[in-house]
Amino acid sequence: MSPQFIIWPVIFPLLLSVLLLFTWAKVNLQRFISIAGSVVSVVLAVALFTYTRSEGVIAMQAGNWPAPFGITFVSDSLSSVLILLASLAGLAVSVFSSVGINSPRVRFGFYPVYHILLTGLNGAFLTGDIFNLYVWFEVIIICSFVLITLGGERKQLEGAVKYFTLNMLASVIFLTAIAIVYGLTGTLNMADLSLQIAKIENRFLVDIAALFFFVGFGIKAAVFPLYFWLPASYHTPPDAISAIFGGLLTKVGVYAYIRVFTLIFPADAFIREVLVVTAILTIASGALGALIQNNLRKVFSYLIVCHIGFMMAGLGLGTEQSFTGTVSYLIHDILVKTNIFLVSGLALAITGSLSLRDIGGLYKQHPWIALLMAIPLFSLVGVPPLSGFWPKISLFGAALDTQSYWVLGALIFGSLLTLFIIAKVWAALVWQNPSEKIEKGEVYGTFSGLPAGIRVRYVFPVALLALCSLYVGLGAEFIMDISTDVALLLKDPKPYIEAVLGPEQSLIP
Amino acid sequence: MDLLLAIITGILYASGIYMILRRSLVKLIIGLALLGNGVNLLIFMMGKLVKGGPPIIPESSKLLEGAFDDPVPQALILTAIVISFGLQSFAIVLIKRTYLVVKTDDLDEINTTDEFA
Repeated sequence: MSPQFIIWPVIFPLLLSVLLLFTWAKVNLQRFISIAGSVVSVVLAVALFTYTRSEGVIAMQAGNWPAPFGITFVSDSLSSVLILLASLAGLAVSVFSSVGINSPRVRFGFYPVYHILLTGLNGAFLTGDIFNLYVWFEVIIICSFVLITLGGERKQLEGAVKYFTLNMLASVIFLTAIAIVYGLTGTLNMADLSLQIAKIENRFLVDIAALFFFVGFGIKAAVFPLYFWLPASYHTPPDAISAIFGGLLTKVGVYAYIRVFTLIFPADAFIREVLVVTAILTIASGALGALIQNNLRKVFSYLIVCHIGFMMAGLGLGTEQSFTGTVSYLIHDILVKTNIFLVSGLALAITGSLSLRDIGGLYKQHPWIALLMAIPLFSLVGVPPLSGFWPKISLFGAALDTQSYWVLGALIFGSLLTLFIIAKVWAALVWQNPSEKIEKGEVYGTFSGLPAGIRVRYVFPVALLALCSLYVGLGAEFIMDISTDVALLLKDPKPYIEAVLGPEQSLIP
Repeated sequence: MDLLLAIITGILYASGIYMILRRSLVKLIIGLALLGNGVNLLIFMMGKLVKGGPPIIPESSKLLEGAFDDPVPQALILTAIVISFGLQSFAIVLIKRTYLVVKTDDLDEINTTDEFA
């Protein structure tokens, strides 16, 4: 394979959405093409993953312009594993949306926009140019604006106003940061920036630029004082859309954090402290927020915020072990967060409600589905040997090694409250008797009355992602191996820089 | 010229943030547009302003000589302008729909999604 292959995970979903535009009015054909295309995307992602794993860091120079002058696409271990996870989550959501998204929404272009969103995600993971990263972020947010407002219900529009404002503000701040960095160094290539930033004498100005990046990405990743748009908007669109938002969109912010604060602004004591303090507050406020909510999807929205804190903490501690924890947590979190929103969609289809006071009786009705739901829910808590357990071991170990007891305390607090919240959700959803409102309503039990083909398409995505997260838990050795690889590259990005700029290093003196 | 542009950029940022902090939907969008223009000017200034020195290599030479304008920031601004044009036109449609559905442009009243269910 040639290095040009790494662009395929970006081009293919784009071509797919062009194809989908031609079948605009044919709902069922669009659903079929979307699922088939998502399967091909998974195959491409697996190919990229194995290729990157055998070759190390692969760089592709667009238009064959040599490195700091053109736009570079880079596939390293972190990018390729995230593309694989994004394509798996994309497949699951694509299958789920064939039943979870109604025909009017499909006729207004759900599928083309959805696949352009996936294009944007893959592009953001692959690009090696900071301005190009901004462009992919814009591709992602414009698609997410369309998806969050698609349908035009009142709550969707209200959520969209907040979502739109904060995300556009984040873009402006991100662009300001790029302008400052360009003014300081005269380059936009991330590998080159890594070398040029290290040479700058005025560290104060560098810290200012880093803080602009911190705030810009912080809004997208939903960290402590900047996350209020998330619980206000993520529960408003249909479940399939919430699932892709919850699973992947905030994680792009985390990816940008990892990339920028290891490659461009590495291990600065000041930035590390900011990261750690933000992480502690994010964990605490996310967990406490989830505690008082009664709507299933709002509970999950706050849990997203809480667990972003876990990854930030690992990044802030700045040791190899903590990076391993962050990366393996990211792997686990993408699969499980996508899945729990699909679980909430399945619960809505079965019981007709999302309020923790009303729902219930799932075990009596569908014992197997209840058992299936246990996998993502308890993976989220990190009950051994499920997938959340191993990353936490690394994170706890790193916090102990660096004697960061506040971080350790926050991690334990976050884990305990997650356990309590999931236990509460489980007891309500599965064991509790459903309220009279649901018993009387005609919605209850429609799921059993649906044709088998539709029921399979509701359950299959949940089962697929549950299987993946079971593998992450039980095959932890392989996952930890990958995460350690990534952590080594994050700690010492020399192979990344050499792959992009060539062994002679920077071309600009 | 640099000083003038710096002051204008500052004013654009300040007024943009001020407009965002108002409670009206329309002022929110105006604020975001002003901020977008501010950041475009900031990028423009970061490229070291040179008067009358286009980055075009003369026929007689193989290299650019003397002071020339940096073309990269201008390419960046062009991209940023196109993107913000798209986002702002979406924003205008969004506030119109929101106003028609919610029947208010007071941001403090657009908060039903934050209430407890």
